[in-house]
Amino acid sequence: MKEGVIALTKRFKVVLNTKWCKSCGICVEFCPKKVFEFTSDGKVRVMREEMCVGCRSCELRCPDYAVEVREGEEE
Amino acid sequence: MLDIKKYLRLSKLPHIWCPGCGNGSVVRALIMAVDKLGLSKDEIVLFTGIGCSARTNVIVDFNTIQTTHGRTLAFATGFKLMRPDMKVIVITGDGDGAAIGGNHLIHAARRNIDITTILINNSIYGMTGGQYSPLSPQGTYATTAPYGNIEPSFDICKLVEAAGATFIARSTVYHIQLTADLIAKAIAHKGFSFIEVVSQCPVGYGRRNRMRTPYEMLMWQKEHAVLVQQAQRYSLEEMKDKFLIGELFVNKEKREYTELYEELRRKLAEGGEG
Amino acid sequence: MSLKEDVRFMQGNEAIAEAAILAGVRFFAGYPITPATEIAEMMALRMPQVGGVFIQMEDEIASIAAVIGASMAGFKAMTATSGPGFTLMQENLGYATIVDIPCVIVDVQRGGPSTGLPTLPAQGDVMQARWGTHGDHPIVVLCPATVQEAFELTIEAFNISELIRNPVILLSDAVVGHVREKVTLPDPSRIRIVNRRVTNLPPEQYKPFAAGPDGVPDFAYRGKGYRYHVTSNVHDEEGFPATYNHKVANELIRRLHKKIEFYRKEITYYKTYRVEDSDVLIVAYGCTARSAKDAVNMLREGGIRAGLLQLQTLWPFPGEVVEGYAKRAKVVVVPEMNMGQLVGEVERCICRKAVRINRVDGKMISPWEIVDAIKEVFSHA
Repeated sequence: MKEGVIALTKRFKVVLNTKWCKSCGICVEFCPKKVFEFTSDGKVRVMREEMCVGCRSCELRCPDYAVEVREGEEE
Repeated sequence: MLDIKKYLRLSKLPHIWCPGCGNGSVVRALIMAVDKLGLSKDEIVLFTGIGCSARTNVIVDFNTIQTTHGRTLAFATGFKLMRPDMKVIVITGDGDGAAIGGNHLIHAARRNIDITTILINNSIYGMTGGQYSPLSPQGTYATTAPYGNIEPSFDICKLVEAAGATFIARSTVYHIQLTADLIAKAIAHKGFSFIEVVSQCPVGYGRRNRMRTPYEMLMWQKEHAVLVQQAQRYSLEEMKDKFLIGELFVNKEKREYTELYEELRRKLAEGGEG
Repeated sequence: MSLKEDVRFMQGNEAIAEAAILAGVRFFAGYPITPATEIAEMMALRMPQVGGVFIQMEDEIASIAAVIGASMAGFKAMTATSGPGFTLMQENLGYATIVDIPCVIVDVQRGGPSTGLPTLPAQGDVMQARWGTHGDHPIVVLCPATVQEAFELTIEAFNISELIRNPVILLSDAVVGHVREKVTLPDPSRIRIVNRRVTNLPPEQYKPFAAGPDGVPDFAYRGKGYRYHVTSNVHDEEGFPATYNHKVANELIRRLHKKIEFYRKEITYYKTYRVEDSDVLIVAYGCTARSAKDAVNMLREGGIRAGLLQLQTLWPFPGEVVEGYAKRAKVVVVPEMNMGQLVGEVERCICRKAVRINRVDGKMISPWEIVDAIKEVFSHA
């Protein structure tokens, strides 16, 4: 780990509880890094977890409490 | 970081609301407020009435009581008078609170009883499938307004202010952090506090009113809400299709009802005439 | 320690208020309506004196709602009204029955329908008291004929309400409500007071709507870890909506009714007068029973062996009691200040026609009317 690049190397785990998720698409739209995507059958899935910057907009806005952003290991 | 699960009844999830419904977010805002204030789950009684808004207290682990349509504030008044030590919160909707419950709302406000009322305004009767309410804007469509709603709507915050409430605020689901902050202020306020939360019903309202997704509805909220501190930047003309959010009215002078009653009892006990 | 009886000259409505306080009521919510208003006025005066709360609500719907709210907080609560207000209370009355919340509702009957005869007596709410709210619900209705009975039955109304955790209706009328009579108030220590059963289970084991053999669940006060849910929907034992569960719905509704059946004997009150050898049995209740009693004496003076069965519990209808006393009677007479409401129940239980005496003009049925009606029957026999 080098000093000064912590923000860039911080990793986040984006956990989607598919039992609670109703695929309303709010997280898909609000995520600034396009972490979420609709699958071809209309389900929301975490597609680019590595892009997550930890803004937690998805977690805050999910009306179904189905998204959780956890701080992961730093590289 | 807030652990929301600490406040939820996990066995009652997923909740019954439609995809993109704002109710879940209002519950989150309430939990954020309770967490911020450091209140215990035991000291909160969350009352609801009938409709989609009434299902909010199924999923939270407070003392929860769902009552009849519109009458929630009357039930809550009886409870609060006997248990003034508890934090009594009411969640209602635009139909439950402004139509069938309108009379109880203005009288609870007039008494200035220490109850916090959160009115989720999604402009529609959701549970019964999309009928217009007294807060549905004129010209919008509903299953009972197939040619467009010809009725003018209430400004429910102004109504409650005129009735005598002492803390009044408005927010939206889009502005969820503001909503949480205002709910916290409302709960901390001694007296009748009222927050209107403009919310989205994608299925019952959006679909019929040219907003196809929950996201579009949230963006509508963002674009039409003006923070009360920034209102002077807008002309009257510009404000026509907008609404104010934030703390709209506070009165810290008016005496609270349960306190006045306690004072009356104390005077009687001391041998006075009340 | 010497017991102290207190003899007073009291109005019926006043006796109800005083009895309620002795029974432990600490919350009253009401709305002005003739001929029940004196109860609210008394409570406005007395509640703050005894550490309770009086509140005048915006209407009768709110009044009963506040009463139920206070009872859900764990306190004995009541409201008082008359026919029009009682009609407004019906929805929330049903709410109290489905969530097992005790409360007492006084209906001081006046002439109806609608505004009707606001200041004059009637007995037109007998069926409203039983079936006013929608759906199959349990209910108990007590009916006093004198100020003394108004006092005693008010205490019993609270006791029954707490025992079975259900609303109890005290069905008074404008005569009993406004008449002033001698009342003997018992020494407070001699008054039997029943309080709702409170759970001794810890919160994690407590199920708010689980009940034993009597069908009555145990209560838990709020604020002490018992964060249970209450809903007016059909609900499971934990209190959560179960609106697509036929089994739960069936069990809940049957449990609610079981409460009444289990305690039926204890909640059945009636009085008899000269029934031992009666050929004529008058079945009466409320203010009409006063005239019926006089009629019994007048008939006996004229050689007709008459007796009175005065029903104090109207619902659950004491069918077996009526059947038993009617057995030896050649004629059963039911005078009522309505078009004939309880007579149907009487006839159903005795399996034959009863003689009906009905009056709906706001005047009491006089003893002479009852005597004449019975003499008329005998003249054709």
